Amino acid sequence: MQVLYGRHHVRVFRFGLRLVRDEQVAEDLISEVFLDVWRQAGKFEGRSAVSTWLLAITRFKALSALRRRKDVELNDEAANAIEDSSDDPEVAVQKKDTSEALRRCLTALSPEHREIVDLVYYHEKSVEEVAEIVGIPENTVKTRLFYARKKLAELLKAAGVERGWP
Amino acid sequence: MMATRKKILEQEPSEMEMLLPWHAAGTLNPRDARRLDEALARDPELARQYAAIREEYAETIHLNESLGAPSARAMQKLFAAIDAEPARKPSASFNFSARVAGFFASLSPRALAWSASLGALALLLQAGVIGAVLMKNQTASYQTASLSLDESSTTRALGPDAPPRALVRFVPEARVADITALLDNYQALIVAGAKGSLFRLQFGNKAMTKDEIAALISNLQNEKIISLVVETP
Repeated sequence: MQVLYGRHHVRVFRFGLRLVRDEQVAEDLISEVFLDVWRQAGKFEGRSAVSTWLLAITRFKALSALRRRKDVELNDEAANAIEDSSDDPEVAVQKKDTSEALRRCLTALSPEHREIVDLVYYHEKSVEEVAEIVGIPENTVKTRLFYARKKLAELLKAAGVERGWP
Repeated sequence: MMATRKKILEQEPSEMEMLLPWHAAGTLNPRDARRLDEALARDPELARQYAAIREEYAETIHLNESLGAPSARAMQKLFAAIDAEPARKPSASFNFSARVAGFFASLSPRALAWSASLGALALLLQAGVIGAVLMKNQTASYQTASLSLDESSTTRALGPDAPPRALVRFVPEARVADITALLDNYQALIVAGAKGSLFRLQFGNKAMTKDEIAALISNLQNEKIISLVVETP
Protein backbone atom coordinates (compact mmCIF):
# COMPACT_ATOMS: atom_id res chain seq x y z
CA MET A 1 0.00 0.00 0.00
CA GLN A 2 2.87 2.36 0.81
CA VAL A 3 4.41 1.79 -2.62
CA LEU A 4 1.08 2.37 -4.33
CA TYR A 5 0.53 5.51 -2.25
CA GLY A 6 4.07 6.72 -2.94
CA ARG A 7 3.63 6.27 -6.67
CA HIS A 8 0.24 7.87 -7.11
CA HIS A 9 -0.68 10.18 -4.24
CA VAL A 10 0.70 13.38 -5.78
CA ARG A 11 -1.22 12.92 -9.01
CA VAL A 12 -4.37 11.93 -7.16
CA PHE A 13 -3.97 15.03 -4.98
CA ARG A 14 -3.46 17.35 -7.94
CA PHE A 15 -6.39 15.92 -9.88
CA GLY A 16 -8.60 16.24 -6.81
CA LEU A 17 -7.34 19.74 -6.05
CA ARG A 18 -8.14 20.94 -9.56
CA LEU A 19 -11.69 19.66 -9.07
CA VAL A 20 -12.45 20.79 -5.51
CA ARG A 21 -10.13 23.83 -5.42
CA ASP A 22 -9.44 23.45 -1.73
CA GLU A 23 -6.19 21.94 -0.41
CA GLN A 24 -7.72 20.71 2.82
CA VAL A 25 -10.55 18.96 1.01
CA ALA A 26 -8.11 17.56 -1.59
CA GLU A 27 -5.95 16.09 1.20
CA ASP A 28 -8.99 14.50 2.79
CA LEU A 29 -9.89 13.14 -0.62
CA ILE A 30 -6.65 11.25 -1.09
CA SER A 31 -7.07 9.54 2.28
CA GLU A 32 -10.59 8.51 1.28
CA VAL A 33 -9.47 7.33 -2.17
CA PHE A 34 -6.66 5.13 -0.92
CA LEU A 35 -8.78 3.79 1.91
CA ASP A 36 -11.35 2.76 -0.69
CA VAL A 37 -8.57 1.14 -2.68
CA TRP A 38 -7.50 -0.75 0.42
CA ARG A 39 -11.04 -1.94 1.03
CA GLN A 40 -11.89 -2.75 -2.59
CA ALA A 41 -8.59 -4.07 -3.91
CA GLY A 42 -10.26 -7.39 -4.57
CA LYS A 43 -12.64 -5.72 -6.99
CA PHE A 44 -9.88 -4.33 -9.18
CA GLU A 45 -10.10 -6.46 -12.29
CA GLY A 46 -6.95 -5.31 -14.02
CA ARG A 47 -8.79 -4.29 -17.17
CA SER A 48 -7.47 -0.76 -16.89
CA ALA A 49 -4.32 0.90 -15.57
CA VAL A 50 -4.14 1.38 -11.80
CA SER A 51 -3.86 5.15 -12.28
CA THR A 52 -7.07 5.17 -14.36
CA TRP A 53 -8.87 3.33 -11.60
CA LEU A 54 -7.53 5.74 -8.97
CA LEU A 55 -8.51 8.81 -10.97
CA ALA A 56 -12.03 7.47 -11.50
CA ILE A 57 -12.41 6.96 -7.72
CA THR A 58 -10.93 10.42 -7.08
CA ARG A 59 -13.36 12.04 -9.49
CA PHE A 60 -16.32 10.32 -7.84
CA LYS A 61 -15.15 11.38 -4.37
CA ALA A 62 -14.44 14.93 -5.50
CA LEU A 63 -17.89 15.35 -6.99
CA SER A 64 -19.43 13.94 -3.80
CA ALA A 65 -17.39 16.40 -1.73
CA LEU A 66 -18.53 19.26 -3.92
CA ARG A 67 -22.14 18.20 -3.55
CA ARG A 68 -21.70 18.24 0.23
CA ARG A 69 -20.54 21.82 0.14
CA LYS A 70 -23.66 23.89 0.44
CA ASP A 71 -22.11 27.00 -1.04
CA VAL A 72 -20.95 25.38 -4.25
CA GLU A 73 -23.34 24.45 -7.04
CA LEU A 74 -22.28 21.91 -9.61
CA ASN A 75 -23.00 23.97 -12.65
CA ASP A 76 -20.73 25.88 -14.92
CA GLU A 77 -22.33 29.21 -14.22
CA ALA A 78 -21.66 29.09 -10.51
CA ALA A 79 -18.22 27.61 -10.94
CA ASN A 80 -17.27 30.21 -13.49
CA ALA A 81 -18.60 32.98 -11.30
CA ILE A 82 -16.27 31.84 -8.52
CA GLU A 83 -13.37 31.47 -10.89
CA ASP A 84 -13.95 34.79 -12.58
CA SER A 85 -13.40 36.69 -9.37
CA SER A 86 -9.91 35.32 -8.84
CA ASP A 87 -8.72 34.20 -12.25
CA ASP A 88 -9.21 37.17 -14.46
CA PRO A 89 -7.38 36.63 -17.77
CA GLU A 90 -7.01 40.39 -18.08
CA VAL A 91 -4.55 40.33 -15.21
CA ALA A 92 -2.29 38.04 -17.16
CA VAL A 93 -2.40 40.29 -20.19
CA GLN A 94 -1.31 43.23 -18.08
CA LYS A 95 1.74 41.19 -17.27
CA LYS A 96 2.27 40.67 -20.99
CA ASP A 97 2.98 37.03 -20.42
CA THR A 98 1.24 34.72 -22.85
CA SER A 99 2.19 31.61 -20.94
CA GLU A 100 0.76 32.96 -17.75
CA ALA A 101 -2.37 34.13 -19.57
CA LEU A 102 -2.77 30.61 -20.90
CA ARG A 103 -2.42 29.11 -17.42
CA ARG A 104 -4.96 31.55 -15.99
CA CYS A 105 -7.40 30.80 -18.78
CA LEU A 106 -6.90 27.07 -18.16
CA THR A 107 -7.91 27.72 -14.55
CA ALA A 108 -10.93 29.72 -15.69
CA LEU A 109 -12.40 26.84 -17.69
CA SER A 110 -15.56 25.17 -16.39
CA PRO A 111 -14.98 22.14 -14.11
CA GLU A 112 -16.14 19.83 -16.91
CA HIS A 113 -13.64 21.29 -19.38
CA ARG A 114 -10.85 21.60 -16.83
CA GLU A 115 -11.16 17.96 -15.90
CA ILE A 116 -10.88 16.69 -19.47
CA VAL A 117 -7.95 18.97 -20.30
CA ASP A 118 -6.07 17.74 -17.22
CA LEU A 119 -6.80 14.08 -17.91
CA VAL A 120 -5.52 14.26 -21.48
CA TYR A 121 -2.61 16.67 -21.14
CA TYR A 122 -1.32 16.12 -17.61
CA HIS A 123 -2.41 12.60 -16.73
CA GLU A 124 -1.76 11.44 -20.31
CA LYS A 125 -4.93 9.40 -20.56
CA SER A 126 -6.12 7.93 -23.84
CA VAL A 127 -9.59 8.52 -25.27
CA GLU A 128 -10.73 5.17 -23.89
CA GLU A 129 -9.30 5.84 -20.42
CA VAL A 130 -10.91 9.29 -20.19
CA ALA A 131 -14.22 7.75 -21.23
CA GLU A 132 -13.85 5.23 -18.41
CA ILE A 133 -12.88 7.81 -15.78
CA VAL A 134 -15.55 10.38 -16.67
CA GLY A 135 -18.20 7.84 -17.61
CA ILE A 136 -19.04 9.22 -21.06
CA PRO A 137 -18.83 7.74 -24.59
CA GLU A 138 -15.50 8.00 -26.43
CA ASN A 139 -16.91 10.32 -29.09
CA THR A 140 -18.13 12.67 -26.36
CA VAL A 141 -14.61 12.68 -24.90
CA LYS A 142 -13.22 13.90 -28.22
CA THR A 143 -15.86 16.56 -28.82
CA ARG A 144 -15.77 17.74 -25.19
CA LEU A 145 -12.04 18.34 -25.36
CA PHE A 146 -12.43 20.10 -28.71
CA TYR A 147 -14.98 22.49 -27.24
CA ALA A 148 -12.90 22.94 -24.09
CA ARG A 149 -10.05 24.05 -26.34
CA LYS A 150 -12.37 26.34 -28.26
CA LYS A 151 -13.53 27.90 -24.99
CA LEU A 152 -9.91 28.34 -24.00
CA ALA A 153 -9.22 30.12 -27.28
CA GLU A 154 -12.22 32.41 -26.66
CA LEU A 155 -10.96 33.27 -23.17
CA LEU A 156 -7.52 34.02 -24.56
CA LYS A 157 -8.97 36.12 -27.35
CA ALA A 158 -11.04 38.08 -24.83
CA ALA A 159 -7.82 38.67 -22.95
CA GLY A 160 -6.14 39.94 -26.10
CA VAL A 161 -4.05 36.86 -26.88
CA GLU A 162 -4.31 35.64 -30.50
CA ARG A 163 -2.75 32.30 -31.36
CA GLY A 164 -3.93 31.75 -34.93
CA TRP A 165 -6.60 29.26 -33.92
CA PRO A 166 -9.56 29.00 -34.36
CA MET B 1 -32.56 24.26 -44.35
CA MET B 2 -29.85 22.75 -46.54
CA ALA B 3 -27.69 25.83 -46.06
CA THR B 4 -28.08 25.61 -42.30
CA ARG B 5 -27.17 21.92 -42.35
CA LYS B 6 -24.14 22.68 -44.51
CA LYS B 7 -23.03 25.42 -42.13
CA ILE B 8 -23.34 23.09 -39.15
CA LEU B 9 -21.30 20.42 -40.94
CA GLU B 10 -18.61 22.97 -41.78
CA GLN B 11 -18.38 23.96 -38.12
CA GLU B 12 -18.08 20.41 -36.87
CA PRO B 13 -14.51 19.40 -36.08
CA SER B 14 -12.91 16.69 -38.16
CA GLU B 15 -11.74 13.44 -36.55
CA MET B 16 -8.14 14.52 -37.24
CA GLU B 17 -8.37 17.80 -35.37
CA MET B 18 -10.19 16.17 -32.47
CA LEU B 19 -7.32 13.70 -32.05
CA LEU B 20 -4.57 16.37 -32.06
CA PRO B 21 -4.42 16.72 -28.24
CA TRP B 22 -3.69 13.01 -27.85
CA HIS B 23 -1.03 13.28 -30.51
CA ALA B 24 0.62 16.10 -28.54
CA ALA B 25 0.49 13.99 -25.39
CA GLY B 26 1.92 10.96 -27.18
CA THR B 27 -0.99 8.70 -26.24
CA LEU B 28 -2.31 7.83 -29.71
CA ASN B 29 -1.86 4.37 -31.16
CA PRO B 30 0.90 4.17 -33.81
CA ARG B 31 -1.59 3.95 -36.69
CA ASP B 32 -3.46 7.13 -35.74
CA ALA B 33 -0.20 8.90 -34.91
CA ARG B 34 1.10 8.12 -38.41
CA ARG B 35 -2.13 9.32 -40.01
CA LEU B 36 -1.92 12.56 -38.05
CA ASP B 37 1.73 13.12 -38.94
CA GLU B 38 0.82 12.79 -42.61
CA ALA B 39 -2.15 15.14 -42.23
CA LEU B 40 -0.01 17.70 -40.38
CA ALA B 41 2.60 17.61 -43.13
CA ARG B 42 0.07 18.50 -45.85
CA ASP B 43 -2.35 20.79 -43.96
CA PRO B 44 -0.90 24.11 -42.67
CA GLU B 45 -4.16 24.99 -40.93
CA LEU B 46 -4.03 21.76 -38.95
CA ALA B 47 -0.34 22.37 -38.18
CA ARG B 48 -1.19 25.82 -36.83
CA GLN B 49 -3.82 24.31 -34.57
CA TYR B 50 -1.32 21.69 -33.44
CA ALA B 51 1.17 24.41 -32.47
CA ALA B 52 -1.51 26.00 -30.27
CA ILE B 53 -2.24 22.60 -28.72
CA ARG B 54 1.41 22.04 -27.86
CA GLU B 55 1.38 25.35 -25.99
CA GLU B 56 -1.74 24.30 -24.10
CA TYR B 57 -0.16 20.94 -23.34
CA ALA B 58 3.02 22.50 -21.93
CA GLU B 59 1.14 25.05 -19.83
CA THR B 60 -1.28 22.44 -18.46
CA ILE B 61 1.70 20.43 -17.23
CA HIS B 62 3.29 23.57 -15.80
CA LEU B 63 0.05 24.51 -14.03
CA ASN B 64 -0.45 21.07 -12.49
CA GLU B 65 3.19 20.75 -11.45
CA SER B 66 2.92 24.07 -9.63
CA LEU B 67 0.17 22.65 -7.38
CA GLY B 68 2.71 21.04 -5.07
CA ALA B 69 2.11 17.90 -3.04
CA PRO B 70 -0.07 16.95 -0.09
CA SER B 71 1.25 17.19 3.44
CA ALA B 72 2.16 14.18 5.56
CA ARG B 73 -1.19 14.63 7.34
CA ALA B 74 -3.00 12.88 4.48
CA MET B 75 -0.77 9.82 4.72
CA GLN B 76 -1.01 9.70 8.52
CA LYS B 77 -4.78 9.91 8.30
CA LEU B 78 -4.88 7.13 5.71
CA PHE B 79 -2.69 4.68 7.61
CA ALA B 80 -4.48 5.42 10.89
CA ALA B 81 -7.74 4.57 9.12
CA ILE B 82 -6.24 1.37 7.72
CA ASP B 83 -4.98 0.39 11.17
CA ALA B 84 -8.50 0.88 12.48
CA GLU B 85 -9.95 -1.43 9.83
CA PRO B 86 -11.04 -4.89 11.02
CA ALA B 87 -8.48 -7.65 10.50
CA ARG B 88 -8.90 -9.51 7.24
CA LYS B 89 -9.12 -13.17 6.57
CA PRO B 90 -6.29 -14.61 4.49
CA SER B 91 -8.66 -15.40 1.62
CA ALA B 92 -9.62 -11.78 1.41
CA SER B 93 -6.08 -10.58 1.51
CA PHE B 94 -4.87 -7.61 -0.42
CA ASN B 95 -3.87 -9.19 -3.72
CA PHE B 96 -3.12 -5.99 -5.49
CA SER B 97 0.34 -7.04 -6.69
CA ALA B 98 -1.11 -10.07 -8.39
CA ARG B 99 -3.66 -7.95 -10.14
CA VAL B 100 -1.07 -5.41 -11.21
CA ALA B 101 1.04 -8.29 -12.53
CA GLY B 102 -2.03 -9.50 -14.37
CA PHE B 103 -2.43 -6.09 -15.89
CA PHE B 104 1.09 -6.14 -17.28
CA ALA B 105 0.53 -9.62 -18.60
CA SER B 106 -2.48 -8.33 -20.50
CA LEU B 107 -0.51 -5.62 -22.29
CA SER B 108 0.05 -6.05 -26.00
CA PRO B 109 3.58 -7.05 -27.10
CA ARG B 110 3.96 -3.61 -28.68
CA ALA B 111 3.00 -1.80 -25.47
CA LEU B 112 5.31 -4.04 -23.49
CA ALA B 113 8.13 -3.43 -25.94
CA TRP B 114 7.62 0.32 -25.59
CA SER B 115 7.64 0.09 -21.81
CA ALA B 116 10.74 -2.05 -21.87
CA SER B 117 12.46 0.32 -24.32
CA LEU B 118 11.70 3.31 -22.13
CA GLY B 119 12.91 1.48 -19.07
CA ALA B 120 16.09 0.45 -20.83
CA LEU B 121 16.64 3.99 -22.09
CA ALA B 122 16.17 5.40 -18.61
CA LEU B 123 18.69 2.90 -17.24
CA LEU B 124 21.22 3.70 -19.95
CA LEU B 125 20.80 7.42 -19.41
CA GLN B 126 21.27 7.05 -15.70
CA ALA B 127 24.35 4.92 -16.25
CA GLY B 128 25.70 7.61 -18.57
CA VAL B 129 25.11 10.37 -16.07
CA ILE B 130 26.68 8.43 -13.22
CA GLY B 131 29.63 7.49 -15.43
CA ALA B 132 30.13 11.09 -16.52
CA VAL B 133 30.08 12.31 -12.94
CA LEU B 134 32.60 9.68 -11.87
CA MET B 135 34.89 10.45 -14.81
CA LYS B 136 34.81 14.16 -14.06
CA ASN B 137 35.41 14.03 -10.38
CA GLN B 138 36.60 10.82 -8.87
CA THR B 139 36.62 12.17 -5.34
CA ALA B 140 33.32 13.98 -5.36
CA SER B 141 30.24 12.39 -3.99
CA TYR B 142 27.28 12.26 -6.36
CA GLN B 143 23.55 11.96 -6.35
CA THR B 144 22.12 9.01 -8.20
CA ALA B 145 19.48 9.72 -10.77
CA SER B 146 17.23 6.94 -9.60
CA LEU B 147 13.50 7.09 -9.94
CA SER B 148 11.99 7.84 -6.58
CA LEU B 149 8.91 5.93 -5.61
CA ASP B 150 7.85 8.87 -3.54
CA GLU B 151 6.93 11.40 -6.18
CA SER B 152 6.59 14.13 -3.60
CA SER B 153 10.33 14.12 -3.14
CA THR B 154 10.78 15.26 -6.70
CA THR B 155 7.71 17.38 -7.19
CA ARG B 156 7.37 19.39 -4.03
CA ALA B 157 8.40 22.98 -4.46
CA LEU B 158 12.13 23.10 -3.80
CA GLY B 159 12.53 26.69 -2.66
CA PRO B 160 14.45 29.62 -4.09
CA ASP B 161 17.91 28.06 -3.61
CA ALA B 162 17.16 24.87 -5.53
CA PRO B 163 18.62 24.26 -8.99
CA PRO B 164 16.12 24.63 -11.85
CA ARG B 165 14.19 21.63 -13.13
CA ALA B 166 12.25 20.90 -16.29
CA LEU B 167 10.24 18.13 -17.89
CA VAL B 168 11.80 17.16 -21.20
CA ARG B 169 10.63 14.95 -24.02
CA PHE B 170 13.22 13.71 -26.50
CA VAL B 171 12.41 13.15 -30.18
CA PRO B 172 11.84 9.43 -30.98
CA GLU B 173 14.96 9.26 -33.16
CA ALA B 174 17.27 10.66 -30.43
CA ARG B 175 20.19 8.33 -29.79
CA VAL B 176 21.44 7.51 -26.33
CA ALA B 177 24.83 9.05 -27.18
CA ASP B 178 23.12 12.33 -28.17
CA ILE B 179 21.09 12.41 -24.97
CA THR B 180 24.11 11.66 -22.82
CA ALA B 181 26.06 14.44 -24.55
CA LEU B 182 23.20 16.87 -24.00
CA LEU B 183 23.00 15.98 -20.31
CA ASP B 184 26.73 16.53 -20.06
CA ASN B 185 26.62 19.90 -21.88
CA TYR B 186 23.91 21.22 -19.61
CA GLN B 187 25.27 19.58 -16.46
CA ALA B 188 21.86 17.97 -16.21
CA LEU B 189 20.73 15.11 -14.07
CA ILE B 190 17.70 12.89 -14.58
CA VAL B 191 15.88 13.10 -11.27
CA ALA B 192 12.79 11.20 -12.35
CA GLY B 193 11.47 9.58 -15.45
CA ALA B 194 9.92 8.66 -17.56
CA LYS B 195 6.32 9.62 -16.95
CA GLY B 196 4.85 8.69 -20.27
CA SER B 197 7.61 9.99 -22.45
CA LEU B 198 8.77 12.87 -20.23
CA PHE B 199 11.94 12.98 -18.16
CA ARG B 200 12.42 15.34 -15.24
CA LEU B 201 15.85 16.93 -15.44
CA GLN B 202 17.74 19.06 -12.94
CA PHE B 203 20.30 21.54 -14.20
CA GLY B 204 23.51 22.18 -12.30
CA ASN B 205 23.66 22.25 -8.54
CA LYS B 206 22.78 25.81 -7.69
CA ALA B 207 19.90 28.21 -8.15
CA MET B 208 19.61 30.39 -11.25
CA THR B 209 18.06 33.80 -11.81
CA LYS B 210 14.81 34.09 -13.75
CA ASP B 211 16.69 35.34 -16.81
CA GLU B 212 19.18 32.48 -16.64
CA ILE B 213 16.33 29.96 -16.44
CA ALA B 214 14.56 31.60 -19.39
CA ALA B 215 17.78 31.40 -21.43
CA LEU B 216 18.28 27.77 -20.40
CA ILE B 217 14.73 26.81 -21.44
CA SER B 218 15.15 28.70 -24.71
CA ASN B 219 18.41 26.88 -25.46
CA LEU B 220 16.81 23.54 -24.67
CA GLN B 221 13.88 24.31 -26.96
CA ASN B 222 16.36 24.84 -29.79
CA GLU B 223 18.02 21.46 -29.28
CA LYS B 224 17.24 19.15 -32.20
CA ILE B 225 16.79 16.08 -30.05
CA ILE B 226 14.28 17.76 -27.72
CA SER B 227 10.65 18.01 -28.77
CA LEU B 228 9.19 19.53 -25.62
CA VAL B 229 10.46 21.43 -22.57
CA VAL B 230 8.31 22.46 -19.63
CA GLU B 231 9.85 24.38 -16.76
CA THR B 232 8.71 22.96 -13.43
CA PRO B 233 9.03 24.16 -9.85
